[in-house]
Amino acid sequence: MGKIELRAVRKAFEATEVIPDLDLDIEDGEFAVFVGPSGCGKSTLLRLIAGLEDVTSGRIDIDGRDMTRVAPAKRKLAMVFQSYALYPHMTVRRNIGFPLKMAGLDRAAIDRKVEDAARILNLTPYLERRPGELSGGQRQRVAIGRAIVREPAAFLFDEPLSNLDAALRVNMRLEISELHQKLGTTMVYVTHDQVEAMTMADKIVVLNAGRIEQVGSPIELYSRPANRFVAAFIGSPKMNLIDGREAERQGAAAIGVRPEHIRVSRDEGAWKGTVTVVEHLGSDTFLHVDVPGVTSINARTPGEYGIKPGEPVWLTPEEGRIHRFDREGRAL
Amino acid sequence: MATAQTRAAARLMAAPAVLLLLAWMVIPLGMTLYFSTLRYNLLMPGMEVFVGFENYEFFVTDPAFWIAFQNTLVMVGSILVITVGGGILLALLLDQPIWGQGVVRLMVIAPFFVMPVVSALVWKNLLMHPVNGLFAWLARSAGFTPIDWLSQVPLLSIIMIVSWQWLPFATLILLTALQSLDREQQEAAEMDGAGPGSRFWYLTLPHLSRAITVVILIQTIFLLSVFAEILVTTGGGPGNATTTITYLVYVQALLQFDVGGASAGGVIAIILANIVAIFLIRSIGRNLDR
Ligand SMILES: Nc1ncnc2c1ncn2[C@@H]1O[C@H](COP(=O)(O)OP(=O)(O)OP(=O)(O)O)[C@@H](O)[C@H]1O
Ligand SMILES: [Mg+2]
Repeated sequence: MGKIELRAVRKAFEATEVIPDLDLDIEDGEFAVFVGPSGCGKSTLLRLIAGLEDVTSGRIDIDGRDMTRVAPAKRKLAMVFQSYALYPHMTVRRNIGFPLKMAGLDRAAIDRKVEDAARILNLTPYLERRPGELSGGQRQRVAIGRAIVREPAAFLFDEPLSNLDAALRVNMRLEISELHQKLGTTMVYVTHDQVEAMTMADKIVVLNAGRIEQVGSPIELYSRPANRFVAAFIGSPKMNLIDGREAERQGAAAIGVRPEHIRVSRDEGAWKGTVTVVEHLGSDTFLHVDVPGVTSINARTPGEYGIKPGEPVWLTPEEGRIHRFDREGRAL
Repeated sequence: MATAQTRAAARLMAAPAVLLLLAWMVIPLGMTLYFSTLRYNLLMPGMEVFVGFENYEFFVTDPAFWIAFQNTLVMVGSILVITVGGGILLALLLDQPIWGQGVVRLMVIAPFFVMPVVSALVWKNLLMHPVNGLFAWLARSAGFTPIDWLSQVPLLSIIMIVSWQWLPFATLILLTALQSLDREQQEAAEMDGAGPGSRFWYLTLPHLSRAITVVILIQTIFLLSVFAEILVTTGGGPGNATTTITYLVYVQALLQFDVGGASAGGVIAIILANIVAIFLIRSIGRNLDR
């Protein structure tokens, strides 16, 4: 119903190559998230799948059929844009019904489907309003509604939550996950926020400069990052990366330890350092510790930890939780 | 910080300008109203007497008035249709990424900077002239008898000339509006299965509605007073075929020296213009509120 296969896909805008050469499989019903830093080609990749950009070379199959040269409307995909791209002069009802109208459905059928979608998305009271009279979250839901009614083979989302405030973002994240559970349709979701990627994805695709760095489930990426880039990108706060003498002692060009895998003690441990900043979150306390000969290290301790900047502290990385990387940044 | 004092001061400061503008408008209007009630002919100075509404009656019952009224409506209406329609087409074309875009845009806008008298003369002598004109030459080359534009289809000729002048204005306004059309909206519509025709009808046209309204309102104001083009080409003729209300007022005042009648005609023109304005604001002005 919604398997997407990319084979040797390449995309260049005139001279600049944005996506060098990329293979990727997205299984039917999967929630796949493209994540990566700004400008790495996430949107471009999504637009290639949607058909809004033409591939320079390579092949895109959807449901086993070659769709490389097929018009966007014929690929049976629905897209939700970052700016929502609602039609400003149409009511919510007409916005959601627009793809159905274009498909030539009759009034009664359109009304029925629009009302069903509105019920799922809690939009029923707003059906006669225009987009300008809605809040950001409501507009977002209208955009999703417009995608749902087409019953597409897959949904494509391009940073749909980036215009919302933090609280709403968490809500909408849940709603989209629930929607995925309910519909069971393939979803491809672009974000640069690794928290969104970790919480929503079945499969995360980490992109960097148009190349896939690693593909895997959130836990795989968290516990076995394939390289330094993924290690630094996935997980919050960031993994501590240490090179130099300390790494050499472990037989690697660089080692990485996540803040949550460091034990903190006042009187004994592997590294002795001085606390520079203390961040109290209530549930956790983050200590930024300057360790001579290593670097500044971020360590997490659960609950409250009564320590002040300037005080000495001992840190011990948990055995078996240390990631080791070679000179090219690959995991050892 | 608009305190009571600053507001009072602001009013005081603005007063001279407001008064000047008011005088500028009210005195001519008052004089026109006053003259329109007099029997006032420049050939018979010193014989002015109050005649009430006689001038109005005279102006309105003149058979030329109704012809002029019709001509005005036909002319303004046709030019609006041509400039808005043509403006949308040109704007769509100019919005495409084409080679030499800057030069093409400049050339499209150029007619707007030509004085009405000059452009009318160019059309009259270089294009529409039955012997020397380009159109006549084209017709002869194709084996047809050239038509004498200004005497056979005079109103159409005027409409063509004035449309040519106003097309750039419409194009320019519509082009800027077109450029602010959201690209993601277009793409969303494309994915929703809307073809180019549907996208134009359901997205582009509604998006342009405000700009179209502006074009119609502004052009109507100026088109109601088109004068130079008529004067230098047809002189209102043949017969009354291209006489508009504005031109009729001119004929009354300066060819027949009837200041009273012309003033009455002017007042009627003001009233008609206001009726048109009210009608326009009512029917399309709501596009501006959004
Ligand atoms: N139409 C275009 N012409 C030329 N270069 C482009 C075009 N679109 C994108 N690019 C380039 O391709 C690269 C990838 O762009 P893309 O929009 O896919 O990034 P992104 O990963 O979505 O970033 P962001 O998180 O900021 O949205 C960028 O370097 C960008 O400059
Ligand atoms: Mg992007």
